[in-house]
Amino acid sequence: MEDLYREVIIDHYKNPQYRGKLEPHDISFEDDNPLCGDHIRIDLRIDKDSRVNEARFDGHGCAISQASADLLTESIIGKSLEEIKTLNKQDILDMLGIELGPVRLKCALLSLKVLKAGIYGLGEASDDLVE
Amino acid sequence: MTALDVKKIRADFPILDRQVHPGVPLVYLDSTATSQKPLVVIEALNSFYRTYNANIHRGIHVLAEEATAMYEDSRVKVARFINAPSARQVIFTRNTTESINLVAYSWARANLKSGDLIILTEMEHHSNLIPWHMLAFEGGVRLEFIPVNETGSLDMQVYQELLKQEPRLVAFTHMSNVLGTINPAAEIIRRAHAAGAITLLDGAQSVPHLSVDVQELDADFLVFSAHKMLGPTGIGALYGKLELLENMPPFLGGGDMIKTVHLRSFLPNSLPHKFEAGTPAISEAIGFGSAVEYLEGLGMTQVEAHEQEMIHYALERLEEIPGVRVYGPPAEHKGAVAAFTLEDIHPHDVAQILDRYGVAVRAGHHCAQPLHEKLGIPATTRASFYIYNMPHEVDQLVAGIYQVKKMFS
Ligand SMILES: Cc1ncc(COP(=O)(O)O)c(C=O)c1O
Repeated sequence: MEDLYREVIIDHYKNPQYRGKLEPHDISFEDDNPLCGDHIRIDLRIDKDSRVNEARFDGHGCAISQASADLLTESIIGKSLEEIKTLNKQDILDMLGIELGPVRLKCALLSLKVLKAGIYGLGEASDDLVE
Repeated sequence: MTALDVKKIRADFPILDRQVHPGVPLVYLDSTATSQKPLVVIEALNSFYRTYNANIHRGIHVLAEEATAMYEDSRVKVARFINAPSARQVIFTRNTTESINLVAYSWARANLKSGDLIILTEMEHHSNLIPWHMLAFEGGVRLEFIPVNETGSLDMQVYQELLKQEPRLVAFTHMSNVLGTINPAAEIIRRAHAAGAITLLDGAQSVPHLSVDVQELDADFLVFSAHKMLGPTGIGALYGKLELLENMPPFLGGGDMIKTVHLRSFLPNSLPHKFEAGTPAISEAIGFGSAVEYLEGLGMTQVEAHEQEMIHYALERLEEIPGVRVYGPPAEHKGAVAAFTLEDIHPHDVAQILDRYGVAVRAGHHCAQPLHEKLGIPATTRASFYIYNMPHEVDQLVAGIYQVKKMFS
């Protein structure tokens, strides 16, 4: 429990490295966490081998949702879309290095849901994308 | 000096003894969401299942008779608690939300037509909003809203103007679950009646904390939930004026709500059974009766006085913290609810860090998203107080908030 606000989380929350928008972009998607009004948008530029060569996130919300968005965005640069499709809940938790209860898990997973919904071209970022 | 013997009260609530983390006792400041339950209520459920569990009505055996008597006795207690003229004017539902839906489906669909106006307020809980949205969408009724002003109270002048449009229904909360505002219910109802409208009073927050007298208020409908007033979940009530209830068509169809049934027709039962289809939440209803008895034992005037002391102290302490902004009217015009923001730290983070110190608060829009839009903030952290809270718990909240500040500084 003491780890929840580890320095890395507070750090990425306060000084995100990948916050912003990409114009133009190849993929962009945004959605909310209706529970708390967290909002995340993710923009991607994709190269000819279907790899992400640039990524940015934007939005607002709690430290967990924003830090995990920054960490996730950082981690997908250079990855292929197929690789990204295999990311799930555990990958995010590993990145954050914490355990989360069911409510805060939704905050942490919002960015991954948004990312995957964008890549799959879906209408909304649903929970089953990250199960 | 304090209005209630809180130490003694706390001994009645076993949950207050627990630790939420090793060595960290619970500081429960989330009673607006749901209250904790005293032993008498827990025992009421327990003894129902241990000694007289049976389905109610129609059963001709000892258990069924005892269960029926206790269930109906509970209705009498709840009716007395709100000073209803008769127990048959109290319908058991699942909660406030279901009570409002009952009125929306039964009364409104039978009595309103396209173009008719319903007046609500900007501070409603979603449960007094969505049923009317659904009605507007489906049947074309119009919705207007009494605005919330700077001080967190309703703009009575705009209300007066809206009344000129001849509304059919004014549905409003007695006490805001975010701002804590206690609305001038008697006055709102009086004006609604003068304009020819009937009224629905959302008592989810007022009935647990204030003495609410339906006859004195002249309320047409009053809705509330047991779980916010020391009772179990899964049980709530709808009070209605006799003439209105008598003339309303049934809501859900099924067993118990009928007088006679033929293959192709039925005759609805009389009140209150007309609106209680199927096997109800029997043990919960009985627990509801024990809860109101417990509150009566304390005295609602004492409960109110204690909460006034708590909110005065809480606001005084919170407002001295740099970066804290509390929403809603000053303590003397509100219930024991303090919704606040802390700089630009997200309420989820505030609540999560407070939880480390055992302090249970709620963070989010508290099912009042339009109100938060009006306040221009996505969410708040909300601390709320009830009969079992003590001033030192406010101190723990305040100490926790300083920890949050430190972490995010
Ligand atoms: C003012 C108000 N109305 C309605 C409700 C809904 O109550 P329930 O969820 O028990 O139906 C609440 C509960 O938070 C409330 O505070």
